[in-house]
Amino acid sequence: MELLLDIALLALLLVTAISIAWIKDLFAAAMLAGIYGLLSAGFFMTMGAVDVAFTEAAVGAGISPLLILLTLALCGRYQRPDRNRARLATALVITVGALLISATTDMPFFGDANAPAHVHVAPHYIHQSMSEIGIPNIVTSVLASYRGFDTFGEVVVIFTAGLGVLSLLMETSAQPGRAIVHTQVEQQSRDIVLRVVAKVLIAPIMLYALYVQFHGEYGPGGGFQAGVIFAVGFILYSMVFGLDAARRVASHGLVQVLSATGVLIFGCTGLLSFASGKNFLDYSALAGNSVTGQHIGIIVIELGVGITVASVMIMIAYLFTGQLRNREAELATDRHQEIPAGAPARSTSTMHSLEQGAG
Amino acid sequence: MLLTSHYNYWVVIALMMIGLYMVIAQGNLVKKIIGLNIFQTSVFIFYISVGKVDGGHAPILTEGESLYSNPLPHVLILTAIVVGIATTALALALTIRIKRAYGSIEERDIQAAEELQERASSQMYARTPARKEQ
Repeated sequence: MELLLDIALLALLLVTAISIAWIKDLFAAAMLAGIYGLLSAGFFMTMGAVDVAFTEAAVGAGISPLLILLTLALCGRYQRPDRNRARLATALVITVGALLISATTDMPFFGDANAPAHVHVAPHYIHQSMSEIGIPNIVTSVLASYRGFDTFGEVVVIFTAGLGVLSLLMETSAQPGRAIVHTQVEQQSRDIVLRVVAKVLIAPIMLYALYVQFHGEYGPGGGFQAGVIFAVGFILYSMVFGLDAARRVASHGLVQVLSATGVLIFGCTGLLSFASGKNFLDYSALAGNSVTGQHIGIIVIELGVGITVASVMIMIAYLFTGQLRNREAELATDRHQEIPAGAPARSTSTMHSLEQGAG
Repeated sequence: MLLTSHYNYWVVIALMMIGLYMVIAQGNLVKKIIGLNIFQTSVFIFYISVGKVDGGHAPILTEGESLYSNPLPHVLILTAIVVGIATTALALALTIRIKRAYGSIEERDIQAAEELQERASSQMYARTPARKEQ
């Protein structure tokens, strides 16, 4: 049964990937990318990688297609057929693929318990983590404690990528003279079903994110998963009720400060154990008892990870939506100049601007 | 037997090659980024497949269970997914800026615009001999 599911999901992934490569309508490609993310989340679930499935479901099927759609709204929906390098690319891809497939004959069988990957450090994590760290979720133990330094680096990378997006898209978000036009652009979605459903859904999404954050030691979950789920809830709110409504809840400045705060919480935990004469991020320094110290350390750094991930994702969504709104405002100004009075109110849904982007 | 024991690896390679093909052959920058994402996900699938143990449970310790999947690839991929979306956002932000600077996100248009600009500046160069000496 498990094998059948594995074969079916991978076949579906392959079909989806081929259709993404084939299709010329980028809007459809973005939707297919969402399906691709959901399918791979399903695949991770069948492989027993519950934490990974969680993250991929929120990122691959949620945030990633959304960001692609926002980009398309600004850059145009249709791709020009351009096949100048298709032959070269096909030849290269077939050669590399054939070489890789011939290399797989040396690979250990799928699911083999004695494969080299399972004999080195994994047995230590599985057998010793309960006595050393004292929490049931091995993934959280490895992520936050055994490989804490690695995770710190990754959180810094996420923060840096957020800074990069900020520096690329910030300057036009604060252009003077645009504020007057903004009031004319209807930001809220007028679809009553969407608004009611979103209003009902947002609270459970946020609550679930908090549950995932603080239950990550005992079940699947942790800072990365909670951060993306929280951000998805927030982005949903900003999509349905408009950017201004979302900014009233968490201003742009607050989100920026929070994204740095998470990294600082993580780093300061490391420095604290440094200060008490232990290694960087050795949590046993945080309390008299080694296991209690590990507990405290993991809760604190997972909180830092959650804060940084959530606020970086929200910040990126803010910046992309801000760009879209500037474009809407520009178009509105142009139209305003053309038709002086009695200009009809324009719908500003993403679909609408997608069509405009195509023109 | 070889079919079921290596099926996952082959699908991973096929997905990876589709991603690579998109990055090379597609002229549209957004499509290239989607291709990179497919490439990236194929690596995730590879790691998780390697971490699978037959009959192993999800790596959350429970009473009376001794066989678990390898938790290490899970940790690596979990963080890689979130780092991946952050870097994808950076790439998309660059695309938006390229669109604003060149008016297009098709690779050919961008190259044409670059060449035009270069030719214009070199002509300027040739016309003003005073500059040439500098």
